Amino acid sequence: MNTLDRRGFFKVSTLAGGGFLLASWSRAAESDDAAFSPNAFVRIAPDGTVTIMAHKPEIGQGVKTTLPMIVAEELQVPWENVTVEQASIDPVFGGQTAGGSTSVPSSYDRLRRLGAVAKTMLVNAAAAEWQVPAEECAAVSGEVVHKASGRKVSYGKLATAAAKQAVPDEKSVKLKDPKDFKILGKRIGGVDNRGIVTGAPLFGIDQTLPGMRYACYLRCPVFGGKVAKANLDKVRAMPGVSDVFVVDGSDDLYGQMPGVAVVADSTWRAMKAQAALEVEWDHGKHGAESSARHEENAAAAMKSGGGEVLRDEGKPEFAEDALDVVYQYPHLAHNTLEPMNCTGVFRDGGFEFWAPTQNGGSAVDGISRTFKVPKEKVKIHMTRIGGGFGRRLMTDYMLECAAIAKHLDGTPVKLTWTREQDPHHDFYRPGGWHRFRGAVDENGRISAWADHFVTFGVRSDRRPGNGAGIHPREFPAEFVPNFRLEQTVLESNVPLGWWRAPGSCALAFAIQGFIDELAHKAGKDPLEFKLALLGGRDRVGDYHVSRMKGALKAAAEKSGWGEKLPEGRGRGIAFHYSHRGYAAVVAEVTVSKQGRLKVDKLTAGVDVGPVLNLSGAENQVHGSMIDGLSAAWFQEIEIVDGAVRNTNFADYPVLMIPDAPAVDVVFVDSDVPPTGLGEPALPPTAPAVCNAIFAATGKRVRKLPIRRNDLAWG
Amino acid sequence: MDGSHPVMSTYDLHVNGRRQSVDVEPDTPLLWVLRDHLGLAGTKYGCGIGQCGACTIHLDGRPVRSCTLPVSAAAGREVTTIEGLAEEGKLTPLQEAWCEHDVAQCGYCQSGQIMTAAALLRDNPKPDEKAIDQAMAGNFCRCATYTRIRQAILTAAAK
Ligand code: FES
Ligand code: FES
Repeated sequence: MNTLDRRGFFKVSTLAGGGFLLASWSRAAESDDAAFSPNAFVRIAPDGTVTIMAHKPEIGQGVKTTLPMIVAEELQVPWENVTVEQASIDPVFGGQTAGGSTSVPSSYDRLRRLGAVAKTMLVNAAAAEWQVPAEECAAVSGEVVHKASGRKVSYGKLATAAAKQAVPDEKSVKLKDPKDFKILGKRIGGVDNRGIVTGAPLFGIDQTLPGMRYACYLRCPVFGGKVAKANLDKVRAMPGVSDVFVVDGSDDLYGQMPGVAVVADSTWRAMKAQAALEVEWDHGKHGAESSARHEENAAAAMKSGGGEVLRDEGKPEFAEDALDVVYQYPHLAHNTLEPMNCTGVFRDGGFEFWAPTQNGGSAVDGISRTFKVPKEKVKIHMTRIGGGFGRRLMTDYMLECAAIAKHLDGTPVKLTWTREQDPHHDFYRPGGWHRFRGAVDENGRISAWADHFVTFGVRSDRRPGNGAGIHPREFPAEFVPNFRLEQTVLESNVPLGWWRAPGSCALAFAIQGFIDELAHKAGKDPLEFKLALLGGRDRVGDYHVSRMKGALKAAAEKSGWGEKLPEGRGRGIAFHYSHRGYAAVVAEVTVSKQGRLKVDKLTAGVDVGPVLNLSGAENQVHGSMIDGLSAAWFQEIEIVDGAVRNTNFADYPVLMIPDAPAVDVVFVDSDVPPTGLGEPALPPTAPAVCNAIFAATGKRVRKLPIRRNDLAWG
Repeated sequence: MDGSHPVMSTYDLHVNGRRQSVDVEPDTPLLWVLRDHLGLAGTKYGCGIGQCGACTIHLDGRPVRSCTLPVSAAAGREVTTIEGLAEEGKLTPLQEAWCEHDVAQCGYCQSGQIMTAAALLRDNPKPDEKAIDQAMAGNFCRCATYTRIRQAILTAAAK
């Protein structure tokens, strides 16, 4: 179906308003002989083609495959017969954001019911035609069969009649018993694999429109800086350049940022024109901020105490020789491999975009607000996305494209960022510091715990920014009798954002490292110590302790925990609950006497309920562990004079294949609804590696990135 | 890039067995000629400075970073891109292995990975893991699909 048809189809659904099911069923009822479209998610053509819409954005987490698998399972069609199509942003689909590993938990039940409703209508249509009770008919592999008479008919032949059937109540349709699943739980390859290995234009940056121009957009390196003066005329005279202009923007770090747009007849010419820009920036009062200053301020705060007390239980008391240490980690960039980009056109008072976005709904809102056009006049087509990790929850690059498209009025344009702009204008994973004090009692249990956490606020010294701050119930709160948590918020002008496993990606490193220190202080095996800390309760609030222990034991067992290793090698273990998933990681490392680190193996135990696509699930866990390792080992964003110093892969190193450890995962299949897998295995990886380094060398890594530590031993 | 404007010239390119000519400035990287002028978007822009491998193509059979290769240096030589690997829609064993192992996550780096791996297998049809790591060391994968990249190359080598 081409774009125009699709738009028409959605329009009807939208006009009908309310729930997507009704809206699209009514559309199906309108068409006599056309494709049977039980709702926006499923189309069955008379030739038997089954098309299922992927309504969430694909950022590499695999939902374009996994979510349609759920529909196909209940619809009873062989996966080979299914074509998956990426949906555009439309209220008919409900939430279309991808973030926080929520796509699976928020869609699982709904998509199953959707498939089951469509199947029921097909069965009813066949029963009506044969004049037999529907209960005597069954849907099998894309056909409805009547066992008694041996008749069968394909879904394609039934499609038109099925569209006229009454819509069964989605709440009462019968769902399959998971033990009869034929698709879910199997190993299914990504639906775009063939396109990817043949270089098909799947991504945002690959989009082209007739008559399209190419644009770049230069922002002030200092966050919030404005354009004072620029050599616009000189740049406009460059070959192929058609437009150079200033966008005033606003002072909102999360809105339309000021800058200079250049438009040319090719990407390369636009990039050259951008490089030739000489801009005098007005930094306002923001040009003095630096990572070095943050560090001083954090140290002072942790020394003087007096942060906001988030939790205070019992009487945390510490003897002279109690552990009193500081853990710290830097800001991080998302560093997606596909640079920010967006293709769009402003026409007839409205916008149309083709964009790699994790958050199309928010883009519609922001663009509608900024450019004062009604939301219905902002159309967004989602492309495949070359990496998200939370970066493309932000819509800054789409606002930039909108400003340029509006200026060009009628001419389509593709905005592409250079790699150098990527680390300069991110929404960063906030850095932080923890001053920990801890005591163990004579039974070797943690008796007291204190954490003074220093985090960041964006233009606020009270409210932590996105991905910053700590929850008063963060582990091990509620597991240690005497517990104190206080928080200081450093005011900053650096925009903060959600980075894969927000909050958890940093907190787990510090907390799981310090617990390991206490285990050694108590003279206990870290695994036993951690199991004892978790204790014998089944649940503590939302925290399902037995599932956590299950993941921990699974990882330990699979990794050969406790087996002796030669000198210079060590194992470390850590666990963390995030995004409704329970994950533990065992790391095995070798450190040379000179301090060269090699991570030999990472083994995960993960409990996210039943796994829907085994291939995708393994890939996510492998990837999140290595991603967690890459960030912890190598990466830090440094702020100097109000701007980010890092510019490209040269000074923001990433893990390459020679450093990639062997990886393994055990899924613990709890009887709970499935939850997402894009994040949970990442947080425990860094502390597992650092704990392993301690086991190998006796050196404790309390500061990330790991490469900043001298690991030489012996 | 200093704002001086090199003059446009016509370059004859042999891309995926086809002859095509483009009018561009001599310093234009082959990457952008492929993507913007020839409509071959499979070759990707990642860093523009030869550090990520996303833009890898074959020049006379050798893997080369097209983001730092001026079009003037590619003229008259054989260029193969990811679009040119499969012949008449038939995937090469390497591409098949990539699908079989379901290597890709976001997929953005994979055309560069495959082009580098294809060149490796041509030179060394039976590489071990060490040889694979060495050959692939310049290709970044942000999603960290390295484990499956190794497996897919080993599978393709065994075909
Ligand atoms: S884009 Fe050429 S190596 Fe990165
Ligand atoms: S698959 Fe995403 S960068 Fe490699």
